[in-house]
Amino acid sequence: MARFSLNNSGDLRTALFGPGSFKYWSVAPLLVVLVIFTVLPIAQLLQMSVSELEFIEGELVSEFIGLRQLDNLAKDPIVGIAIKNTLVFVVAVVLIETFTGFALAVAISRTTTLSIVYRSVVIIPLLIPPVAIGTMWSLIYDYNYGLITTILIELGVQNPPLWTADPDLALISVIIVDVWHWTSFMFLIMLAGIESIPPSLLEAARVDGANELRMIRHVILPMMAPTILVAMLLRTILAFKVFDQIFVLTSGGPGTATQVISMHIYKVFSEQFRLGYAAFLSLMVAAFMTIFVVFYFWASRVVRRRLG
Amino acid sequence: MREKTVPKVILNVALLIVVFIILFPVFYIVQTSLKSTADIYSGTFFFEAKTRNYEEIFTGSRSNFAELTRNSLIVSASVAVICGVIGSLAAYSISRLNWSRWVTGGILVWLLFINMMPPIVFVTPYYLWARATNIYDTPAAVIMAHMVLNMPLAVIMMMNFFAEVPKELEEAAVIDGCTQWQAFRMVIIPIVRPGLAAMAVLVFVFSWKEFLFALSLTTTSAGRTIPVGIANFVQEFNIRYGEMAAGSFVAMIPALILVLLAQRHIIKGLTVGAVKG
Repeated sequence: MARFSLNNSGDLRTALFGPGSFKYWSVAPLLVVLVIFTVLPIAQLLQMSVSELEFIEGELVSEFIGLRQLDNLAKDPIVGIAIKNTLVFVVAVVLIETFTGFALAVAISRTTTLSIVYRSVVIIPLLIPPVAIGTMWSLIYDYNYGLITTILIELGVQNPPLWTADPDLALISVIIVDVWHWTSFMFLIMLAGIESIPPSLLEAARVDGANELRMIRHVILPMMAPTILVAMLLRTILAFKVFDQIFVLTSGGPGTATQVISMHIYKVFSEQFRLGYAAFLSLMVAAFMTIFVVFYFWASRVVRRRLG
Repeated sequence: MREKTVPKVILNVALLIVVFIILFPVFYIVQTSLKSTADIYSGTFFFEAKTRNYEEIFTGSRSNFAELTRNSLIVSASVAVICGVIGSLAAYSISRLNWSRWVTGGILVWLLFINMMPPIVFVTPYYLWARATNIYDTPAAVIMAHMVLNMPLAVIMMMNFFAEVPKELEEAAVIDGCTQWQAFRMVIIPIVRPGLAAMAVLVFVFSWKEFLFALSLTTTSAGRTIPVGIANFVQEFNIRYGEMAAGSFVAMIPALILVLLAQRHIIKGLTVGAVKG
């Protein structure tokens, strides 16, 4: 008995400090970070969602309210609008950026001389701060001194559009900025896809007398279809994150014209100080996105298997 | 031959237009940042360039860009170092040290899952924690959030680099009497150093441009970073366009430097999570 336990602690000691222990030490910091900063917060969201939370003189006061957040959800006049705006935004940007990204990838894969210059320039929008993208475009859209207005007035237009200040145009304005920002992302994935098409296949099509358009239609598109599909799914997931540029360009306005779900949760949290309800909405978003992400994992596995 | 050269010209013209569309807003913000307020309001293209807006944001009494820049540098550099150390250790472990497929698969799926969640999901719990631990409104709170956001990128990028290192190298090192740690430290890390540097730089830039957590976990210039400062310009009743443009350009500098160094490592890092076609 004594010997058994000695052996056991010996094993533990070997595992922790012996020659093979690096295996455990090396991954431990990551696991600690993941458990503390990703698993616990989700548990905390669950707890917050069933609580009324308030800071009274700097002290957090928490009261259990069960499922009463569901009533708050039913009484929230904005959340439906926010979901609708988010869906319109996501569908629009994914469809447009798939097209622009694919077109750009085909075009740049066809050039040889300036290809490196194009590739470097194209990644700029993915690296500059989205907030700065927001200010850049707010200067362009500004209805008093902005670039577009200045040009339109020079051209003799009487009432130039108000862009982000017009409830009917605000969401479209935000979508245009997103296309400028994220086309590059679709381009990078599509370009990798095009470059993995065997050159012999394209060569064979060319020998058979196919022109560029027919090559795209009958060789590149069919070969790329799985990549395009997965890229669209991934972009859909990422598009749901949209926040920064909308915060800068419109703050969700005018009215609720560009109120998206992240913006709405942020306002519930920072302007209405309803921490519990914000947590509840966050949890809903997390649950909804989980379905999407699981579907993405499944689809990308199928595609990877098909591509071998 | 002739039919082939004509489309090439059209193609390049089309691509130059794309390049123009991408670069023009950047150019426009630089131009605005060098204008006086009067020139901005008149919308002129011909003006006398002045650096007054830059002086104003860094040294003016109405602005706190010096502090914001300091915070941004502290946050981004810390996050790059933390993600570099934790990420490369973990990536090496799960790609090389014979973990079962369930462990490596589980960690990878969880990292991608975190990467895909809208960050707003984590805002309320992090806010409570920052308040509870008294790091609210300090760079430490922002570092905490950015470290988590960038960990998936760090681990997955490093796993790709380790996959390219031949296994024989560390086997030889272990036979020569190295421990696993020594093999990692003295043999593997020097080989992947360019990749490690690319990852750290990319994490630096991603942390530098992050806005939501920098906004939610801070309230004064004690903890705020540059993007929050820029957003504040827009929220003001009388927008100071010139200073806003100057601040935005300062915020873009790390990204523009990175583009000049652009290489395939960076491009790979930008699409982490995408299926390799």
